[in-house]
Amino acid sequence: MNVASIVKAELPTKISVQDLDFFYGENHALKNISMPLHTNRVTAFIGPSGCGKSTLLRVLNRMYDLYPRQRAEGEVLLDGENILDPRVDVNLLRSRIGMVFQKPTPFPMTIYENIAFGVRLYEKLSNSELDGRVEQALRGAALWNEVKDQLQSSGLGLSGGQQQRLCIARSVAVQPDVILFDEPCSALDPISTAKIEELMDELATQYTIAIVTHNMQQAVRVSDFTAFMYLGELVEFAETDAVFTTPKEKRTQDYITGRFG
Amino acid sequence: MSIYARRRAADSISQKLCLAAAVFGLAWLVAILIVLIYEGAKGLSPAVFTQMTPAPGNSGGLLNAILGSLIMTVLGVAVGAPLGLLAGTWLAEYGNHSKLATVIRFINDILLSAPSIVIGLFVYEVIVARQKHFSAWSGAAALAILVIPVVLRTTEDMLRLVPGSLREAATALGLPRTYVIRYVAYRAAKAGLITGVLLAIARVSGETAPLLFTALNNQFFSADINAPMASLPVVIFQFALSPYKDWQQLAWTGALLVTAAVLLLSITARALGAQRGKK
Repeated sequence: MNVASIVKAELPTKISVQDLDFFYGENHALKNISMPLHTNRVTAFIGPSGCGKSTLLRVLNRMYDLYPRQRAEGEVLLDGENILDPRVDVNLLRSRIGMVFQKPTPFPMTIYENIAFGVRLYEKLSNSELDGRVEQALRGAALWNEVKDQLQSSGLGLSGGQQQRLCIARSVAVQPDVILFDEPCSALDPISTAKIEELMDELATQYTIAIVTHNMQQAVRVSDFTAFMYLGELVEFAETDAVFTTPKEKRTQDYITGRFG
Repeated sequence: MSIYARRRAADSISQKLCLAAAVFGLAWLVAILIVLIYEGAKGLSPAVFTQMTPAPGNSGGLLNAILGSLIMTVLGVAVGAPLGLLAGTWLAEYGNHSKLATVIRFINDILLSAPSIVIGLFVYEVIVARQKHFSAWSGAAALAILVIPVVLRTTEDMLRLVPGSLREAATALGLPRTYVIRYVAYRAAKAGLITGVLLAIARVSGETAPLLFTALNNQFFSADINAPMASLPVVIFQFALSPYKDWQQLAWTGALLVTAAVLLLSITARALGAQRGKK
């Protein structure tokens, strides 16, 4: 597939995936994937379970490094630098590429600490600067008004939707370039989902966002670009409108109309 | 209908059997506690906590034994608990599926169920026989060896209960592995880790056999860890077997003190565990 012909040339690229193959042991999970993630745009990964969309997401911050027998081949360029290079400092990389997971994962500490913790690791801030950063992050995640009076209580006491926004705030607070969302709403009710989607719109003005979702309406609502994946292959990548209204591939058409998957 | 009736009968019979078994087991424990409190409380007096163990026929207390037990338990736990914590951390966080981890886990299980007298004998051979005298620190070493497997096991189990998603989330923030373990995994498992250490203290505070071979006993209080030192279990052992009435009384009282201490530790451990459950 010729990516260049589909993508408007003037959009800057934050991350460029080039000829990426991924293996779980012997299992060839991603096959020759090439696609861009455009700066300050939301890119959605859709496809049936097991198609490799979460795997692709986990390559982008080298989360797979945690597990033995998982390996990636090819290149993933972040601002032109190949992040698959073994010499890359993965911790530094992950501080630039935040990730929000399917299930909310607040740390067992106060709401304030949940956010301040990651910040302290990479920056020396005074207490008042840190307070400011925490507030800014919570406001950025549309959570400030709900928790401003209970910053010192445990993050585990929040509702599921609030916990997920706390996790978003936590990612935002370390000021990454990219935020990866791995089915961030699948454990949330519709109201919380709506809030997170709204939030993503705002975040996209500052961050490059990738989201894995099973919910095609969600992909339509939040994303600018959509990648449809199937059995480890990237079948189609284009602007979201184009993918959902005039898909070029029959498999894409079948999937979005619910004929398989 | 008859199938259903039979099921109900079987259900009610097995329920009653379970209850009977539980009552049977508990009854002994209650009986032990009642006798212990009855016999032990008779000897409870301030003298128990202020005077040294007496010669037969004299009045005295258990002060040297209580302090000796405290000193050796603290030393043993201070050495054994960190080792167990670190080893358990390695098994749960780093070793995981390596061959070495499997071997360590297996050896630890053996150590966990090894009779404590064997450990006493081992320390006797390694330290006491070479030094040619009994000493408190060899007693503490024997206790430390008993502490390690208990703490190691609970540490590994508790860290395994911390969801992998939490570790991934911390890693995704750019936290180095050591930070993920220290600030996220340890914190999430905190109550369980403390429980493990408390259980280890409870386990060693009643140990007699390893101390008989190592710290032996001392009629007087001594803070010299290179010399023999008294301890509650050894004093109980010696006094209970003696023909002297007042020694036997002190043994009962000592047994009550040890039991009360262990009970208190277990209750604390339970309370911490319950707290964790609530979250």
